Amino acid sequence: MSGHSTYEPKNAFSKWLDARLPVTRLVWDSFVDYPTPRNLNYWWTFGGILTLCLGIQILTGIVLAMHYQVGGATAFNSVEHIMRDVRHGWLIRNIHATGASMFFIAVYIHMLRGLYYGSFKPPREVLWLLGCLIYGIMMATAFMGYVLPWGQMSFWGAKVITNLLGVFPGVGQSITTWLWGGYGVDDPTLNRFFSLHYLLPFVIAGVVVLHIWALHVVGQNNPTGVDPKSKADTLPFTPYATAKDAFAMSLFLIVFAVFVFFLPDAMGHADNNIPANPLQTPPHIVPEWYFLPFYAILRAIPDKLMGALAMFGAIGCLFALPWLDTSKVRSMRYRPTAKICFVIFMVVCIILGFCGANKPDDQVIPGLAGFMLLDANANSWVWLSRIGTFYYFLYFLVITPMLGLTETPLPVPETIASPVVANAEKKG
Amino acid sequence: MLRKITLLAATLGLLLGAAAAPALANTAEEPANVHWDFEGPFGRYGKAENQAQLQRGYKVYREVCSSCHSMKLVSFRNLGDPGGPFWNPKYKNPNDNPVVKAIAADYQVDDIDTDTGDTTKRPGIPADRFPSPFANDYAAKASNGGANPPDMSLLARAREGQGRYIFSILMGYENPPAGVTLNPGQHYNKYMAGGVIAMPPPLKAGQVTYDDGTPSSLEQEAMDVSAFLMWAADPHADDRKNTGIAVLIYLLLFSGLLYLAYRQVWKNESH
Repeated sequence: MSGHSTYEPKNAFSKWLDARLPVTRLVWDSFVDYPTPRNLNYWWTFGGILTLCLGIQILTGIVLAMHYQVGGATAFNSVEHIMRDVRHGWLIRNIHATGASMFFIAVYIHMLRGLYYGSFKPPREVLWLLGCLIYGIMMATAFMGYVLPWGQMSFWGAKVITNLLGVFPGVGQSITTWLWGGYGVDDPTLNRFFSLHYLLPFVIAGVVVLHIWALHVVGQNNPTGVDPKSKADTLPFTPYATAKDAFAMSLFLIVFAVFVFFLPDAMGHADNNIPANPLQTPPHIVPEWYFLPFYAILRAIPDKLMGALAMFGAIGCLFALPWLDTSKVRSMRYRPTAKICFVIFMVVCIILGFCGANKPDDQVIPGLAGFMLLDANANSWVWLSRIGTFYYFLYFLVITPMLGLTETPLPVPETIASPVVANAEKKG
Repeated sequence: MLRKITLLAATLGLLLGAAAAPALANTAEEPANVHWDFEGPFGRYGKAENQAQLQRGYKVYREVCSSCHSMKLVSFRNLGDPGGPFWNPKYKNPNDNPVVKAIAADYQVDDIDTDTGDTTKRPGIPADRFPSPFANDYAAKASNGGANPPDMSLLARAREGQGRYIFSILMGYENPPAGVTLNPGQHYNKYMAGGVIAMPPPLKAGQVTYDDGTPSSLEQEAMDVSAFLMWAADPHADDRKNTGIAVLIYLLLFSGLLYLAYRQVWKNESH
């Protein structure tokens, strides 16, 4: 899409079409001739993997929607009908349910790769923002999809999350009632969630097109973070990137298949196999694993409104990142201090995930008595999640802006090709 | 190479974290660590001795559990499906399976007389679902001291610990420890969250006489009925695992070919 097109129509039909709708030229320029940095590592294969995930979710979702019966009285049993009576229904449903988790694993790796190699820095701010937007819509889609089987966790998860909006002063309650379509989570809520769950993946697909468009305008970042300067720095997308992407996708599908066929319940929660019962609150309501770090941030703050604001703020930090990071060096490969802070950030996100999965007042280290600190025992998940939340915001709001101004980065290579050539010579 | 190992380790770590997180949510006493032969990637319900266990488990369900617990999502014909307790390769269509037909006919199911419009009862056929012991949830509660016995179709997958949990509950009845007072109709079970359970101890040694001569100890009965309920909650497990092995073999070979293609393509390019 950028630069001069090298597409040459070969036969009469492609010449005729190219003069009228140059769609083959678009595909050629975007996925064949498109120059990619030659040093892309396996972390860069997750873009293609995510496209695959979206495709799998849409295809299996369309088939599931043919058998699913929306409605409080029918939803749970229709999902079981799919699992028991629809031919290969168990396969389609397991792929779709596991696929949501696989989608999030891939998107988190993709995002962390962007964070580490500075893929959000100029001129890729819009590309990054579109990615954040996709992530946001993905979370909404996944949340509503989890409600559809109408199990206990579906129902109570929906209730907890929609109630969050009720904490905003003045308008909160009205917004919640409007979202529910009534005075509680019920049939109208389920119906609209199904409608939106079917719609949003296609919105994601649309934003993905914009995401790829923006990518092809500014070009891919690479592990050195240095812009390609000559032909020696790049290789055509096909066959080089396609061959590597295809191999990585196949490895990803192996992991995917292990979960679909041998661990179908590993990512889910047993309580969601109990039909929704508005009169019986489960002893411990937890969201799906991919929301747990944000859930921990929500519960870390004693005030409900501030907790909700912190949770949305945690996602908001991602949107603001291009303007928070002051470092001129893109890749953390040449930023030793930033690298350490980033590794701690990743560990903190995983710890926050565990905080979200556990009851706030339970002990982190079993048996250790601890002591009261303000409102809770110091040896409790709530205090661990407070420390985690503190570092999460410290990383985005203090470390990222300050470090760019104060650190001394390592020397950055002149071109992409120079370290590549040096590596090749070292290998012999 | 080192970078590739890091990549692999990071991905696995993320996956394990993801898989472990929901499991950590459970704070009830850990269920007993028992195993069944049909578990794991290579275990199958269809294996002869496992099928015999499912048949024994069905007998326990039929004679004990089903007097209070419904199993609404399971049809009689499911018993004769591949991997089911009464699967017989001679009857590919389970509706023709004489054992299944006999089991179904043993139940009386609700129907409507199309000539008069009156509600009637008729003997079950394989296509019918298992009838519930109570007319509705309120009747079930009224007959069980206010606690509704949960439906058993999906019970094994609706509890942390799955079959192990059911086995543990059946084995876990004890005298209450000091300090725990039970109200009438309550019982103490160390595997129940909170320790108090409304269900009276359902099984005792010798409760069921097995047709295959297996001695019916309490542990045997608990293992068998848990096996049956695990099958009822996941009736396509055999098909799932067989397909999975074929898919994995295919993907491994395919990945190998793709790796060779990738090496070939990049042969003359440094990176």
